[in-house]
Amino acid sequence: MNPENMLMLAAILFAIGGMGVMLRRNALVAFMCVELMLNAANLALVAAALMHGRLDGQVASFFVMVVAAAEVVVGLAIIVTIYRTRRTTSVDDANLLNL
Amino acid sequence: MNPALVPLVTGTEVAFWICAPLMVLGALGLVFFRKAVYSALSMAFVMLNLAVLYATMDALFLVFVQIIVYTGAIMMLFLFVLMLVGVGTPDSMVETLKGQRALGILTTVAVAALLIFGIGGSLRGNPVGLAEANAAGNVEGIADLLFGRYVFIFELTAALLITAALAAMILAHRSRVAPRVTQADKARARIRAYAETGAHPGAAPNPGVYAGHNSIAVPALLPDGSAAEASLSQTLVLRGTTVDPEALTRGTQDRFRAIESVRSSEEDDE
Amino acid sequence: MTLLETLVQPVAATGMFANAWWMIGAPLAVAAILLLAGRVADAWGHFLAVAAVVFSFAVAACLFAQLLGRAVDARIVESQLFTWFSVGAWTFDVGLQVDPLSILFALLITGVGSLIHIYSIGYMAHDPRRRRFFAYLNLFVAAMLTLVLANNYLILFVGWEGVGLASYLLISFWQEKHSAAAAGVKAFVMNRVGDFGMLLAIFSMLVMFGGSSFTAVNHGAANLPPLWATLIGLFLLLGACGKSAQVPLQAWLLDAMEGPTPVSALIHAATMVTAGVYLVVRSHVLFEQSAIAQTAVVLVGTVTLLAGAWIGTSQDDIKKVLAGSTMSQIGYMMLAAGIGPAGYAFAIFHLLTHGFFKANMFLGAGSVMHGMHDDVNMRNYGRLAQYMKYTYWTFFCGYIAIIGVPLTAGFFSKDHIIEAAFHHNLIIGLCALLGAGITAFYMTRLMFMTFWSEKRWEPGVHPHESPKVMTIPLVVLAVLSLVGGAAMNWWIQTWLEPAAGNHAHEVALFTPIGGVTIAVVAAGVALGWYVFGRNPIPKVAPASRNPFTLVGRNVLYGDLINDSVAVKPTYALGRAAVATDDAALDGAVDGLARGFGGLSVVVRKLQTGYARSYALTMTTGVLLAAVVLILSQLA
Repeated sequence: MNPENMLMLAAILFAIGGMGVMLRRNALVAFMCVELMLNAANLALVAAALMHGRLDGQVASFFVMVVAAAEVVVGLAIIVTIYRTRRTTSVDDANLLNL
Repeated sequence: MNPALVPLVTGTEVAFWICAPLMVLGALGLVFFRKAVYSALSMAFVMLNLAVLYATMDALFLVFVQIIVYTGAIMMLFLFVLMLVGVGTPDSMVETLKGQRALGILTTVAVAALLIFGIGGSLRGNPVGLAEANAAGNVEGIADLLFGRYVFIFELTAALLITAALAAMILAHRSRVAPRVTQADKARARIRAYAETGAHPGAAPNPGVYAGHNSIAVPALLPDGSAAEASLSQTLVLRGTTVDPEALTRGTQDRFRAIESVRSSEEDDE
Repeated sequence: MTLLETLVQPVAATGMFANAWWMIGAPLAVAAILLLAGRVADAWGHFLAVAAVVFSFAVAACLFAQLLGRAVDARIVESQLFTWFSVGAWTFDVGLQVDPLSILFALLITGVGSLIHIYSIGYMAHDPRRRRFFAYLNLFVAAMLTLVLANNYLILFVGWEGVGLASYLLISFWQEKHSAAAAGVKAFVMNRVGDFGMLLAIFSMLVMFGGSSFTAVNHGAANLPPLWATLIGLFLLLGACGKSAQVPLQAWLLDAMEGPTPVSALIHAATMVTAGVYLVVRSHVLFEQSAIAQTAVVLVGTVTLLAGAWIGTSQDDIKKVLAGSTMSQIGYMMLAAGIGPAGYAFAIFHLLTHGFFKANMFLGAGSVMHGMHDDVNMRNYGRLAQYMKYTYWTFFCGYIAIIGVPLTAGFFSKDHIIEAAFHHNLIIGLCALLGAGITAFYMTRLMFMTFWSEKRWEPGVHPHESPKVMTIPLVVLAVLSLVGGAAMNWWIQTWLEPAAGNHAHEVALFTPIGGVTIAVVAAGVALGWYVFGRNPIPKVAPASRNPFTLVGRNVLYGDLINDSVAVKPTYALGRAAVATDDAALDGAVDGLARGFGGLSVVVRKLQTGYARSYALTMTTGVLLAAVVLILSQLA
């Protein structure tokens, strides 16, 4: 098994996630795409851990998950708040750079 | 390991070639489904496959964290918020920003190309493997690092999580601008409305109950035989799913009339 | 005998000399009081002002008496008052120097000043701003005394500027008259040109001698490089030209006659305008180091004495005739001061006698104007001798003094100068002689038009003699005009030795040149009678094609020359600067601003506020950065 394949997959997933962020107007979907990018990075980290025979990559991946969890909590709260005031979850509608 | 004993196709490779295309499809689905719920399910699917890949790479701890925390908790949080803000209409796929779609796809291709050709080859060669590192067990190995070398970072993530939780509470908090309305207040308001406008203070009448029908879509009848509008749910009226009582009362009326005519003929006979 | 040996060293001030500053302090304090006290001082302010000047005169007289009693080599008394400021290695002291030269000036300033102050009480009696007038007069007296009593050029310059300020304030005293205000500005601006020369001279002195005190300059002058001696001399001459209305900075003096007549008498005849002569005599050690500078002084003096006389022949305004005459007489003084050692004493001598008779005549002219409803046009005068006896006779004394009738003041002082000029250079001497003839001519013309001939009064004018407070100063000055020359003739050269050096010169009463001069003066008077005395004088100036008359009536086209030489080029330069500023500088700045504005309009479109656009931009940026990194790695 060649970890290079894992990297290729991670790269593809990362690019697709980025595309979603750029193309989807729904804030929730865009947010999920960010999660996808984080997961792609995790995959690369785990593959690197396997490659080098050390667990540090897995630990880093674990930390990424923790940060992602915190990010999701805050991000979703923001989305809910915006929805409450604007009745919409479209990122294009929040283009005045204020609430 | 003796090179002769290395099989041509390992289980790892089989799992990878099964999961990888599925993951790419799932990721594309995440981006291209018009309904956010489908996107979320695609995402969960990708995550589950990712857990499988973790398993093939001797990251047992992460497999379970991925499934329990990511797929189980975080994705469910997403779904929960999705339901909260409404899943009603599917997103419009019409691009409103000029050139955004073309440029976005172009950039995506460029990013993918850059990643693949730029750093894709950095892990070439035979992997060392985690057999040695996982000798005492994967969870124990990770715990060694977490509470050993990375303990300070671990503590920092704890602080981060607490801060995030606090931030979410503050963001979601809505301060009350008017005093809380109690049941007594509501009762008083009803009586005042009755005094001022004559609005009925009591409960609305129940829907009608007939021999052939007891649905809430059927209005009750007033003594004069007309339908009681207040006995119907406003929502049903707006949807137009109410049943006209005329048709329902006709049978009763007919029988009543038949009985009357029989009685009067009997009286005539006497 | 070398030059340095003839210079007496100053001695420190003792006794009364230490109080020399009282002379300056009293008028200065009174000026401040009058200006600050406001209307409270309206009733008594002028008496206080007169008292201050008389007090200064008393102090000056006292010092003069003490100087007379001193040995010749102890007659330069220096009193250091305080240190003005010190910067690095430079220390500038404020000190006064009382010596034979400055005390004569102090006596002239305070003496004539006192008389003019008294005269002004009558002359300005009905002016609503009399208090302010006296305050300015006192300010002038204080500044003028500072000028002549200073012991270094810097303090002299302070006084120099002070009299310039007072002159400006007094010329434009009737500021509601546009012409007066303009004349004040003109005098001020033209004086600035001269002050520029003064400043350059003082800076040069600081560099060359390490200080500006008279002592330092006198000692350092012997070792001065010739180039610098010439430069400093010319700078000083420029300053003197500005202050003394010498060609080419002469144009302001005639306009300065817009001021009240006592001002013309005190500032623009007797004292301030002679400051240039004082400066040249005071700096004689410097001028003696440079023949070029001396020649320049002589030339300026000669040209001015002829130009002033020329102007005097053709003006109809009595004060302007006298102003032209003043220029001419100061030209004589400059001529004498430029001749060299032979002339210093004569320059000062003529300065003093001129101070007497010209102040006398100006005050007389003021008296005439007082009687003629402030009319200054001589063509509206005539036959006033009968109606204003005191004024006429005192003016007549001034008249014979200025034309140089034997034994009057002008006879002694002017003849000496003419004689010295002949000794110096034949052409200069002839010019000086010609000037004396023209002087006699235009003064005779003035007398005919004003006091003799027939009445040409405007309707409703009834000439009357002025009050006593005005005539008494006239009488005093008239007496001085008659006897002042004889009193000082045999004495002044010796007296000025400590300050101007020992250059004893023959002062015989009658010489061949003196005889010729008298003949020329007689010819001038005769010509004046021939032109103006035989026939009635027309009430309107007759049209004339005579170029001499035309040029004189237009004051030698001085304004025209200034306009074309200085004013118009300056305006053009200013307009060019404005145009450059508008087109180039503003254009560049505005263009830059517009460029940025336009750029902003373009760049603003990038700031859509759409998070997705930003994500796209960011991704593109990351891509570019990565590409650059990779390419740089490859390269």
